Amino acid sequence: MQSSYIIILLAVLVGLYLLGMYNRLVVLLNRIKEAWSGIEVQLKRRTDLIPNLVSTVKGYAKHEKSVFENVTKARSALMGAQGVKDTQAAENMLSGALKSLFAVAEAYPELKANTNFQDLQKELSDTEDKIAYARQFYNSNVLSYNNSTKIFPNNLFASLFGFKEQEFFDVDEKETQPVKVDFEK
Amino acid sequence: MTVYSQISQNKRKTNIIVLLFFIFVSFLVYVIGRGMGYSGTSLFVFAFLLSFASSFFSYFYSDKIVLAMHKAVPADRKLHFDLYTVVENLSLASGIAKPRVYVINDLSPNAFATGRDYKHAVVVATTGLLQIMDRRELEGVIAHELSHIKNYDMLLMTIVSVMVGLVVYLTDFFMRSLWHRGSNRNNRQGSGIFLLISIILSLLSPLVATLLQLAISRKREFLADASAAYLTRYPEGLARALEKLRDTPVQLRTASNASAHLFIASPLKADSQSKPNWLVNLFSTHPPLTERVAKLRQM
Repeated sequence: MQSSYIIILLAVLVGLYLLGMYNRLVVLLNRIKEAWSGIEVQLKRRTDLIPNLVSTVKGYAKHEKSVFENVTKARSALMGAQGVKDTQAAENMLSGALKSLFAVAEAYPELKANTNFQDLQKELSDTEDKIAYARQFYNSNVLSYNNSTKIFPNNLFASLFGFKEQEFFDVDEKETQPVKVDFEK
Repeated sequence: MTVYSQISQNKRKTNIIVLLFFIFVSFLVYVIGRGMGYSGTSLFVFAFLLSFASSFFSYFYSDKIVLAMHKAVPADRKLHFDLYTVVENLSLASGIAKPRVYVINDLSPNAFATGRDYKHAVVVATTGLLQIMDRRELEGVIAHELSHIKNYDMLLMTIVSVMVGLVVYLTDFFMRSLWHRGSNRNNRQGSGIFLLISIILSLLSPLVATLLQLAISRKREFLADASAAYLTRYPEGLARALEKLRDTPVQLRTASNASAHLFIASPLKADSQSKPNWLVNLFSTHPPLTERVAKLRQM
């Protein structure tokens, strides 16, 4: 008699623990999703700025065709990207293409003096910052989720309920420096 | 010391000081209660309500009061591009909604944050600050301010100031009641030794309470520095900004003791000397800038 009570009590405790773990992981997973949409907003902001930038630069530097093509190609790759891995690759490609675009702009003093171009530069560099910070927030959410699935005894049950490890949004080594066209004033 | 251990160390130290504060206040209430005999309890309730009411008001309307006091105007995205976007970006990084951004037209470089919760938070910078800081340095300063908001320092300092107010009112009432006692000493039954201790405590307590409050304020500054370093992943930005603040000691025109604890560096000139002596430091809302820079460089 006595022992059956103990068993029931134990079962209830385990059930409560599993319920708590499940709910907590769902919350953490949703935070990751929200953080990801935060990144997407900023990536969209950047892709929106690009056509304007390209046409402004084109007005002064018509001959640099390959640079424009690269930027446009990278932009559409980013817009079509699905999932973390794809987005990451396209993101890195676009950053590289933009870097060479700004490097080209250096050779055209009139372009550099154009206020429209200066504004775009400022906005783009700010968007780079925003992407970096949104990514940092995303990664810290992934970290706390992954930690929760891996600590004992959660690790025994997490995969049972289909909680998979989430990917970090990493950057190219080269890209860890912000796009270094001199944006400061 | 790493950023993580600095953050947890400063949190632990605040908890310890707050705990000490509670013990101190309970002790004071007990002793004065014994010293006064039966009327101690009602005195305590009255002092608490008075202190609570005054602090609660300033907590609830802190954003409006301080903004009006310093004549702050809303920042413009075009005009104050760096300030505005840096606040946006760091809010993204810390996952809180962007607080409102204001500017004070004053040459003295400084910044502060206030507001009772995330929704009512405001970040304010002087035009002097915007002039001398580059974007990375500004990020450090703003990250420090956002950390105050995120760590609920406004709430903490309000609770602390309720306790300080309680001590001040309580001891004040007690000393006043002694006058009364002289005229009708027969119907009081407070015991002699407690009466004596109560008098000594009443003289010292307001000072002790104020010193504890200031100690908590200084720990929160260190905590906000460490959190800012964690948020920006670039402690050097804030370190450089603090050095610049140290080297341009122009006092804020609207500076006063009332709002000094809100700012990134103390707006009062005496506190911003590069090497203040221990006595000045004891009575200051902020740790010396040189020490803060040194801690940031260790991270």
